[in-house]
Amino acid sequence: MKEFKGRVINGGCYKGEAVVSHQGVNTLATFQSSALAHANHVTVADQNNPDIYQKNITGKALCLPQTIGSTTGGMVLQVICSMGINPACLLFSEHIDSLAGAGVILSVVWENSDIIAIDQLGQEFLDTVKTGDIIEVTEDGTVRIV
Amino acid sequence: MAYQYKMKLTPGQKAILEGSEGPVKAKVMETIVRYGDMFEASRLVKVTHGKGHLVTSFGLSLLKPVYRTMDELIEAGLKVKDGFTVDPGPYDFENTPCTLLDKLLLKTVLYGKQGAYEEQLRKLGLVSKDAFSCACYFDEMGNIPKKGDILSWAESSAVNYANSVLGARCNRNSGMIDIFGSIVGYVPEFGLLTDEGRKAKWKVTVKTKKKPLPQILGSAIGIKVMEDVPYVVGLDKWIGTELNDECKAYLKDFGAATASNGAVGLYHMDKVTPEAVEQGESLLAEGYREYVIDDAELERVYNSYPNIWRKPDKAGNLAFIGCPHLSRIQLEDWADRIIAGLGAAGRKKVAVDTVLCTAPPVKEAFVKTARYAELVKTGTKVTSICPLMYTSNPLTKSKRIMTCSNKLRTYSMARYFKDDELLAIITGKED
Repeated sequence: MKEFKGRVINGGCYKGEAVVSHQGVNTLATFQSSALAHANHVTVADQNNPDIYQKNITGKALCLPQTIGSTTGGMVLQVICSMGINPACLLFSEHIDSLAGAGVILSVVWENSDIIAIDQLGQEFLDTVKTGDIIEVTEDGTVRIV
Repeated sequence: MAYQYKMKLTPGQKAILEGSEGPVKAKVMETIVRYGDMFEASRLVKVTHGKGHLVTSFGLSLLKPVYRTMDELIEAGLKVKDGFTVDPGPYDFENTPCTLLDKLLLKTVLYGKQGAYEEQLRKLGLVSKDAFSCACYFDEMGNIPKKGDILSWAESSAVNYANSVLGARCNRNSGMIDIFGSIVGYVPEFGLLTDEGRKAKWKVTVKTKKKPLPQILGSAIGIKVMEDVPYVVGLDKWIGTELNDECKAYLKDFGAATASNGAVGLYHMDKVTPEAVEQGESLLAEGYREYVIDDAELERVYNSYPNIWRKPDKAGNLAFIGCPHLSRIQLEDWADRIIAGLGAAGRKKVAVDTVLCTAPPVKEAFVKTARYAELVKTGTKVTSICPLMYTSNPLTKSKRIMTCSNKLRTYSMARYFKDDELLAIITGKED
């Protein structure tokens, strides 16, 4: 079992499956198709991200360095949270970026979302965790790869 | 439980947070303060260019949280004092290929809230009915901050341009944060608002033997540096050092590609952009990394773009040009090239549906010219919509859309072509 500690942006407890992107996750490109289709889960539609392309990330722990792309990003995350098809956790190896940060805050303040967000878990976290790993997240920002 | 903020607030800011101007404005302020705390901002600073720019221009039916929030703002009597511009609208049935089914789907299902949303925008401070463009900084659009101005904008390409070419200061704000900052008149001081945050972590040296296409150069740099600030040297050889219309158009397209293929909010162009002219390589941060770009590297990046058309072996059947919106000189240049290309190919009409996208006031002036009259005869259309929003229509997935925009390629199923390749297809030179 490997353990990592990050900064809590929005805390919570989680045990479940990790989906790992080693490159920045383009929020609009990732979520747009599923949101438009009113899908009951998110199938990643970002053609430029082979790590997660066409994977189901709803209810999972999305492990990523940061998000990238359009400044609709935060709002898209807010919509995804309001639809209840968001990843359960966003686990950032780096400092959270301004778009994802806004998305988490908008979701928490305006949607009462319980999306978990932890950042600054470090590059080793992203190098270690693999898609399909079972991970545990605790309130204090500890992430364990079981 | 009230939010326990970390940054230092003035008594006035604290009062707003505590509800002195009503619960909705308090919630708006809480969002801004939490946002700043997340980035260790020590304080809020005044927005000095009060005219905002919003990224959310489209009444997508699924954006229920946005409409609900906008209604809350309106009911609380809140609005942006100096007004705002907004990204392009989503549909134009007259000037884009649309079937009856497309029209029905776009107007009643996909963008069914467009009319109601535009009414919300008007109540919140939209400056005019022609204020819909991603290139709000065009002279014709008139939302032009000064060097050093603090902004509360979103739209990645506009923020990138304002920071880099105009020398204003704005973070890559998300939709909703843009209007919240404009309403409270404050934004948290972090990142690109600080001198330290504007230092370049990358030195990018351009060593090409010909003028690089801005869309591919920007893409290469965006993919490499992600959200970092690059300091680009060697491009002045190709684009000069004067910020004239041609140079600004190049930088617009270059910047949009850095912002969409990565997350670049600011770049410095040696000898060209204002801070680089003033401060030169002293803008490089300690321990900066280096990236050298030659013609082979640009070809490598270009060849990495996938073709995800449903029928990838078939030829394209729709061309979109102008994402971000074309400037006046770009619009005229494309018009001239299409007309001349068709003449050279012995054709009168474009070989595929072709749509040029530009800002409403640019289009309004252009349609009065003889050049436009000639262009229209070729079958080319000019619109002011956002091509990306056109592609949000699921019925367009079966179209084989071509573009010379790296931003449109990134966010849709459109396939990227270099300008000359696309022109050859449009004018039937490839037949």
